[in-house]
Amino acid sequence: MSVFTIILIVIVAFLAGMEGVLDQWQFHQPLVACTLIGLVSGHLDAGIILGGTLQMMALGWANVGAAVAPDAALASVASAILMVLALNSGADQSQAITTAIAVAVPLSVAGLFLTMIVRTIAIPIVHIMDGAAARGDFFAIDLWSIIAICLQGIRIAIPAAALCFIPSEAVMGALQMMPAWLSDGMTIGGGMVAAVGYAMVINMMATKEVWPFFALGFCLAAISQLTLIALGVIGISLALIYLGLKEVAKSGAGAAGSGDPLGDILDDYE
Amino acid sequence: MADKKITLSKNDRLAVWFRHQYLQGSWNYERMQNGGWCFSMIPAIKKLYPNKEDQIAALKRHMEFYNTHPYVSSPVIGVTLALEEDRANGAPVEDAAIQGVKVGMMGPLAGVGDPVFWFTLRPLLGALGASLAMGGSIMGPILFFVAWNVIRLAFEWYTQEFGYKLGTSITKDLSGGLMGKITEGASILGMFVIGGLVERWVSIKFTPIVSTVTQSEGAYIDWNAIAETANGGGQGVADAIQSALSQYSSLGATGLSIDKVTTLQANLDQLIPGLAAVGVTLLCCWLLKKKVSPIVIIIGMFAVGILGHLARLL
Repeated sequence: MSVFTIILIVIVAFLAGMEGVLDQWQFHQPLVACTLIGLVSGHLDAGIILGGTLQMMALGWANVGAAVAPDAALASVASAILMVLALNSGADQSQAITTAIAVAVPLSVAGLFLTMIVRTIAIPIVHIMDGAAARGDFFAIDLWSIIAICLQGIRIAIPAAALCFIPSEAVMGALQMMPAWLSDGMTIGGGMVAAVGYAMVINMMATKEVWPFFALGFCLAAISQLTLIALGVIGISLALIYLGLKEVAKSGAGAAGSGDPLGDILDDYE
Repeated sequence: MADKKITLSKNDRLAVWFRHQYLQGSWNYERMQNGGWCFSMIPAIKKLYPNKEDQIAALKRHMEFYNTHPYVSSPVIGVTLALEEDRANGAPVEDAAIQGVKVGMMGPLAGVGDPVFWFTLRPLLGALGASLAMGGSIMGPILFFVAWNVIRLAFEWYTQEFGYKLGTSITKDLSGGLMGKITEGASILGMFVIGGLVERWVSIKFTPIVSTVTQSEGAYIDWNAIAETANGGGQGVADAIQSALSQYSSLGATGLSIDKVTTLQANLDQLIPGLAAVGVTLLCCWLLKKKVSPIVIIIGMFAVGILGHLARLL
């Protein structure tokens, strides 16, 4: 890799690391991070496909409250770099992507530990900011806020830079050493991993009331003509209809007969 | 005081809005988003309090514990701006009132932000972008990135303005039914979409062969006859291809060989496609409820994948 490419990769990694905690621009999401690394290293197509595949696995990974989810930032950046190294050494695209996916999960665990370390380092930083606040020192508060964000960026930038200097022959060698049963098995496991993210989402939202909507979504998705946008529209409509009916039922309980005009007419015939 | 009332201009509010994006920058295990919150308030504090003691008091006031969803924090900072403005203009707004508003709003709002943004909008846009990207289309990442950020920036600005304009009356809205409805609507949409995603994107294929049936003549493509036609060269090859393709389109995939192979997967798909996927997902839900770490489950899945493949089950 040229020095220029490495610099660009480190910049992407830095952005991803910052976003890993900020969660605003989404540079840490695989779809964005892998595409950018693919772009700067000249393997745009492979980067996009890797990003899409990893994104599917990471859909439900979210930081809720003080709990920290598997780290998408390191997983997407580091696995994309490994994919680029494999491609540069002549591996074919699908093999490089499969391997990158397999290493993404252990990397997300490593990233999780790194962010926990940085979030602990941030405690003394806010104590310094307390001191600055007591002096009315605006500049120091700004400065230490920026330092804290940069630490999160460096968390990903340093491992990324280190990976860039691994000779691509070594990556290729490791690839060739990996037996078929292992890589095939990892691919099969990868197909199931998405379920963990979805389960995290379900546990967060599920109540007796909303389970039937899960079943509806599941059954309707089997109709392959329905695109995701169509499923979204159906979902929004169902939510609106359900909330509307619930409202009607609530007001209907108070005022006799309202909310069901047909029922009222039938009642009148009695 | 009344003749020269200090107000926050639109530029001040834009400055707060811009800084508020870095709310989680110094996220820490002690007081969580407090540093980022204070960082966000600085333009307002500078404008509202000209003398040093008031500035120091304000900075300290905003270094208190704070933690919510980073986007729905925008209405909270909007309300806080309104309160600080009143205070700077001489209204008796206590420290406790400001901290009370922050703490009172952050809980219920986080309860809205997490399901709406992390569990509905991001999976939806992410899955949409990813399904395009897996086909190699650059539109996937672009769509995700642009749509997400347009929605986010607009949401953060307009809800901050909303909070600022309403001031404290927004806290009454919180206890009203609207928040509950948004959360419930998002949960319904979220569950529906997740149901769909489980069917489409969790893949498990059981490969054991349940039955192998030798099909009767005419139910499969007679490749010997095709080969004979193809021996005629030139036109013959074209005829052979045409004949094979037309037979294939009428017989379907089972016509490709004499033996009709039925895998366990094919049998399961006849019940409901994706039944195994939903089983695995529900198993994960149960394991997570049992406080098994998601990381352990993920690693376990790879182990099952490898072992299952070796045992020729998957």
